[in-house]
Amino acid sequence: MDKPDYNDEIVKKFTIATIFWGVAGFAAGVFIALQMAFPELNIGEYLTFGRLRPLHTSAVIFAFGGNALFATSYFVVQRTCRTRLWGDGVANFTFWGYQAFIVMAAVGYLTGVTQGKEYAEPEWYADLWLTFVWVAYLIVFLMTMKNRREPHIYVANWFYLAFIVTVAVLHLGNNISIPVSLTSTKSYSVWAGVQSALIQWWYGHNAVGFFLTAGFLGIMYYFVPKRAGRPVYSYRLSILHFWSLIFIYIWAGPHHLHYTALPDWAQTLGMTFSIMLWMPSWGGMINGMMTLSGAWHKLRQDPVLRFMIISLAFYGMSTFEGPLMSIKTVNALSHYTDWTIGHVHSGALGWVAFISFGALYHLVPGLWKKEGLYSMKLVNTHLWVATIGIVLYIAAMWVSGIMQGLMWRSYDDMGFLTYSFVETVYAMHPFYLIRALGGLMFLSGALIMVYNIYKTICGDAVPSTQDVKEPVHA
Amino acid sequence: MLNKHAVVEKNSFLMLILIVVVISIGGIIEVLPLFRMETTIEPVKGVRPYTPLELAGQNVYIREGCYNCHSQQIRPLRDEVERYGHYSLAAESMYDHPFQWGSKRTGPDLARVGGKYSDLWHVQHMEKPQNVVPESIMPAYAHLARKGAALNEIADDMKALRMAGVPYTDEMIENAYRDALAQAQLDSDGLDGLIERYGDKVIARNFDGQEVTTELDALIAYLQVLGTMAELKDYEPEGGRK
Amino acid sequence: MSEHQKETDAISGVETTGHDWDGIKELNNPAPRWWLLVLYASIIWAIGYWVVYPAWPTLSGEGVRGGTEGSFGWTQYEQLKESQGEIVARKAAYLTRFENASFADIQKDEGLYEFAQAGGAAAFKDNCATCHGTGGAGGNGYPNLNDDDWLWGGSVDAIYQTIRFGIRSGDDEARFSEMPAFGDMLSADEISAIASFVVQDGTDDGAGAQAFADNCAACHGDTGTGMHELGAPNLMDAIWFYGGTKADVMAQIRKPRHGVMPAWEHRLDANTIRELAIYVHALGGGE
Ligand code: HEC
Ligand code: HEC
Ligand code: HEC
Ligand code: HEM
Ligand code: HEM
Ligand SMILES: [Ca+2]
Ligand SMILES: [Ca+2]
Ligand SMILES: [Cu+2]
Repeated sequence: MDKPDYNDEIVKKFTIATIFWGVAGFAAGVFIALQMAFPELNIGEYLTFGRLRPLHTSAVIFAFGGNALFATSYFVVQRTCRTRLWGDGVANFTFWGYQAFIVMAAVGYLTGVTQGKEYAEPEWYADLWLTFVWVAYLIVFLMTMKNRREPHIYVANWFYLAFIVTVAVLHLGNNISIPVSLTSTKSYSVWAGVQSALIQWWYGHNAVGFFLTAGFLGIMYYFVPKRAGRPVYSYRLSILHFWSLIFIYIWAGPHHLHYTALPDWAQTLGMTFSIMLWMPSWGGMINGMMTLSGAWHKLRQDPVLRFMIISLAFYGMSTFEGPLMSIKTVNALSHYTDWTIGHVHSGALGWVAFISFGALYHLVPGLWKKEGLYSMKLVNTHLWVATIGIVLYIAAMWVSGIMQGLMWRSYDDMGFLTYSFVETVYAMHPFYLIRALGGLMFLSGALIMVYNIYKTICGDAVPSTQDVKEPVHA
Repeated sequence: MLNKHAVVEKNSFLMLILIVVVISIGGIIEVLPLFRMETTIEPVKGVRPYTPLELAGQNVYIREGCYNCHSQQIRPLRDEVERYGHYSLAAESMYDHPFQWGSKRTGPDLARVGGKYSDLWHVQHMEKPQNVVPESIMPAYAHLARKGAALNEIADDMKALRMAGVPYTDEMIENAYRDALAQAQLDSDGLDGLIERYGDKVIARNFDGQEVTTELDALIAYLQVLGTMAELKDYEPEGGRK
Repeated sequence: MSEHQKETDAISGVETTGHDWDGIKELNNPAPRWWLLVLYASIIWAIGYWVVYPAWPTLSGEGVRGGTEGSFGWTQYEQLKESQGEIVARKAAYLTRFENASFADIQKDEGLYEFAQAGGAAAFKDNCATCHGTGGAGGNGYPNLNDDDWLWGGSVDAIYQTIRFGIRSGDDEARFSEMPAFGDMLSADEISAIASFVVQDGTDDGAGAQAFADNCAACHGDTGTGMHELGAPNLMDAIWFYGGTKADVMAQIRKPRHGVMPAWEHRLDANTIRELAIYVHALGGGE
C-alpha cells in the first residue's frame, strides 16, 4: 500500500505545545491547590485564587486538552483517510492562531479581563479570534475527510467531527456579547439571569461532553486498537453509542442547576437525560476495553497501553459517578462542594490526561523517527506516580466534599444547625493538604514524561536503556 | 442498520449535517421556552437595575473572580434557607449579565449578604480576611482600597447593558457619573437625583471611609445591595399540592 | 480502493466488517445485550419519571412555570416546606411554649432555657462570630460580649432590642447616638488633659476633670461610668473596645468612631432573635 506524504510537521508542533501547556496547567493546579491550604500564597493583586483558578481550568482544558486534540486529530485523520492533511498554510494558521488565543486568554485572566463565565472566561475579542481559528480547523478537518482514499469514515473521525462542530455551536451560542466599545476589553453577555445560567451550562456541560469526552474518544478509537494490535470490539456498538451519546449529552446541562431558580421541568430533563447518558457513555469504555480481549497479556509488557486502559477505567468511573450526581437528592448534597471537584478530576486527570499521555508516548517516537522511547521504565514510573497522585486527589475530595455537604445540612437533636460555615472551611484543611500532595505527584509524573520525551527526541542513544520491548505493529 | 449507516459513513458533509441536527434538538427544547419571561421569572416587586456604582462594583467582583469561590444562589433546602435566608428567585438575577450563581462554595453564599455586615467590616475583611475571620482561606484584596473606581466610562457600560435588555433610561445614562459619586460621597448634592432614578431604598454612604471613591466603595455598594431588592415577605411560589 | 475482504479474527473467532484503516479493523460483534437492556431500562424509567414530576415545557406556556405539572403536584418549594416541617417537629417539644413565654419565664424553665441557649449558640456562630469573635470576646472595635460591661444595657430586653434593630444600622428603630468630634472644638492641650483624666495616668491636675465635666459628662455621666440610654461606654473601668492607651483615647476624642451593629429583624426569624438575646445575656453575666 502506498503511504501518502503525511503532514507530520504540524502534528509535531501541536505535540510539543500539548506537553508545554500540560505542565503549565498542572503547575497552576498545584499552586491553587496550595492556596486553598495556605491562603498566604495569594500574592498581591495578580496571583489571587480568583484569577488563577480560571487560568488553571483554561490551561488544562483548552491549552493542554485542546492541543492534544489538534495533534491527534491531525495525525489520525491523515492515517485513517490515507491522504495528506488539507491546506498546509491553513493548518499552520490553526496552530499559531490557537496558541495566540491561549496567550490572549491567559494574559486576560491575570490582569482581570474576564467574562466571568466558567470555561468561557475569555473576553469578546479572544472569542472572536477563536471563532476564526475554529472555522479554519473545521475546514481543514472536513476537507481532509473529503479527500480521503478510504471508502468509509473511521469512527475516530466521527467523534472528532462531532467535537469540532459542536464546540463551534456551543462557543457561538454562549459567548454572544456586546462590547462596551471597540477599544474596550469589557463586554456584557446578552444573556441574563436564568437564561444566562441555562445557556452557560448547556455550554459548560457539553464542553465536557464534546471537548473532554467526544474528542478524547476520538483519540481512544485510534490509539487503543493501534497499540493493542487488535480490531475494535464492536462496530455496531460504535454506531449506537456515537449517535445516542451526542443526542443525549446536549440535554443534560441542567444537572448543574438543580434546586436553583431554574424551573423544575428543566431540572427534571437534565436529571433524566443524565441517567440515560450512562450507557451511551459506557459504550466507549466497553468498546475500548473489549478491544483488548485476547490481548490482555500486552498490558503486562506495555506501560503505554496501560495508560490507555487505566484511562478507560477512570472514564467508566466518572461517567458512572456523573449520572449518580445528577440525581437531585444526591446533587443536593454534592453541589457546591469538593465532591464535584473530585468528580471533575477523576475525569480530567484519570481519563483526559491519561489517554493523552498514552497517545503522546505512542506518537513521539514515530513522529521524530526514533525506534522507540528513551525509557519504558520511566513511562512505568510516570504511570504509577500519577496514578497514586490521582487516587490521593479524588479520595481526599470525596471525603472533604461529602463531609462538608453533611456538615452544612447537619441539625442537632433540638433542631438547630450544628456547624457554622467557617467550621466547615476549617475541617477541610487536612484534605486540601492531601489533594495538594496528590497534585504534586501528578505534576512530578508529567515532568518525568517531559524528560523521557526530551531524551527520546534529542538523545542520540535511543533506545539505549529500553528494557521492555515496545510492541511494533504493521 | 449497518448498510444504511454506511451511507453516512461515506459522506462527510451528510455526517456533519446529521450531527448538527441531532445536537440541536435538546438545546432548542430546553432553552427556547425559558425566553417566555412571564413563565420563567416570578412576579416579585422591587428588583431594579444596579446603580452605576453598584454596577462598577459587580465589575470588580467579576474581575477578581469572586464567583470562583462564592455562589449567589440559595437553594430551597432547609439548611440553606436557615443559613442564608429566603431561597433565590429567578427575578433577582434578571439584570445580571451574566448570571453570578456560581458552582462552588469555597466561601459562603453571597446572594443575601447585603446588610449582614457593616461597611467597616467589609473594609477590614477585604483588607485581610484573617483579621476578622482567623480561619478564613479567602485572599486579601487590599489593592481595591487604593484604586479609584472606574466611573468615568460607566455610562458606556450602561449603554451596552441597555442593548442587552436592561431598562436603563436616557436620564440614568446621562447622569451615570454624577449618580455614582453621589452614592459614595454623601455631601454631594446629586443624592436627590440618584433617589429619584433608583428609588429611596438606594443605600448611599461613604462605604470605605476614604474621601475618594475607590473600587472598594463600588464593591461594598454592590455587596450591600445583594439580596435586598426583592420584596419577599408575601411571596408565594406558583404550583404545589392540589 | 474498495471494500476489503471480510475475514475471521483468529483470536475471537468473530468476523470483521471488512474495513481497514491504517491497519485498524473492526469486529462485527453485536452491542452487548446487557448494555442495550440497561439503556432501555433507563429510558423507561425516565418516561415514568416524566409522568410523576414536572418535566416538559408546554407549547402554550401553561402549567407550573411553563412546564408540565407531574402527577402529584411536586415542586421544589413544596418539598422545602415539607422538610422544614420535620425540623419544626423536632423543635415541637419546646417551640410553642417558647413562643409564648416571656424572657423571665424562659430563664426559670430549665428545658426552655437550654433550648434557647442551644439555638442562640448555633445562630451566633454563623451570624455574629465574624465580628464579636467565636467566643464573643470581641476586639478591634467590636465589643466584648463576655464581660458584664454593656454599652446599651445588659438586661435581656435591652440586648434583645439591640440585636433586633442594631446600632447605627440605618434601621428606623436602631439605637443611635454619636459622640461629637472634639478635634474642632477643644485645643490640643485640653484634649490631652481630658485623656489623662480618663485613663487616670496620674498627670491630671484637675483641668482634665473640669473639661470632662463640661464636655463629656452629658453622655458618659458625671462620674464617667457611662450611660446606657446613649450607648456611652463606662470610661472608668479597664474595658475598652477602641483601646485604652492615652493615644487611643485622644484619637477617640478628636475624631470618634461610630461602630455599626447590623439589624437582624429582617434576617433572622423572631424566635432566633429571642434565643440569641438569652444566649448573649448569659455570656456576659448580664444585668
Ligand atoms: C479562595 C476563595 C475565595 C475567594 C477568591 C473569595 N472569597 Fe470571600 N470568602 C471565602 C471564605 C472561605 C469565606 C468565609 C470566611 C470569611 O468570612 O472570610 C469568605 C467570606 C466572604 C464574605 C463574608 C460572607 C458571610 O456571609 O460571612 C464576603 C462578603 C466575601 N467573602 C466576599 C468576597 C469577594 C467580594 C471576593 C472577591 C473580591 C471574594 N470574597 C473572594 C473565600 C473566598
Ligand atoms: C458587622 C459586625 C457585627 C455583627 C455581624 C454583629 N455585631 Fe453586634 N455589634 C457590633 C458593633 C460594632 C457593636 C458596637 C456598636 C457600638 O459601637 O455601639 C455591636 C454591639 C452589640 C451588642 C451590644 C453590646 C453592648 O455592650 O451593649 C450586642 C448585644 C451585640 N452586638 C450582639 C450581636 C449579636 C447577637 C449578633 C448576631 C446576631 C451580632 N451582634 C452581630 C458589630 C456586629
Ligand atoms: C453625645 C454623647 C457623647 C459625648 C458628649 C461624649 N461621648 Fe464618648 N462616646 C459616646 C458614645 C456613644 C461612644 C461609643 C461609640 C461607639 O459605640 O462606637 C463613646 C465612646 C467613647 C470612648 C471609647 C470607649 C472604649 O471603650 O473604647 C472614649 C474613650 C470616649 N467616648 C471618651 C469621651 C470623652 C473624653 C468625651 C468628652 C471630651 C466624650 N467621650 C464625649 C458618646 C459621647
Ligand atoms: C455520563 C457522564 C457524566 C455526567 C452525567 C456528569 C454529571 C455531572 C454532574 C451532576 C456534575 C455536578 C454539577 C454540580 O452539582 O454543579 C458534574 C460536574 C462536572 N463534570 Fe461531570 N458528568 C459526566 C462525565 C464527566 C466527565 C467524563 C468529565 C471530565 C472529563 C466531567 C467533567 C465535569 C466537570 C468539569 C464538572 C464541573 C463543572 C463545574 O461546576 O464547573 N464529567 N458532572
Ligand atoms: C496537577 C494536577 C491538578 C491539580 C493539582 C488541580 C487542582 C485543581 C484545583 C485546586 C481546583 C480548584 C478546586 C476548587 O475550586 O475547589 C481545580 C479545578 C479544576 N480543574 Fe484541576 N487540577 C489538576 C489538573 C487538572 C486537569 C488535567 C484538568 C483537565 C483536563 C483539570 C480540570 C479542572 C477543572 C475543570 C476545574 C474546575 C472544576 C469546577 O469548577 O467544578 N485539572 N483543579
Ligand atoms: Ca467567552
Ligand atoms: Ca470612599
Ligand atoms: Cu455536566
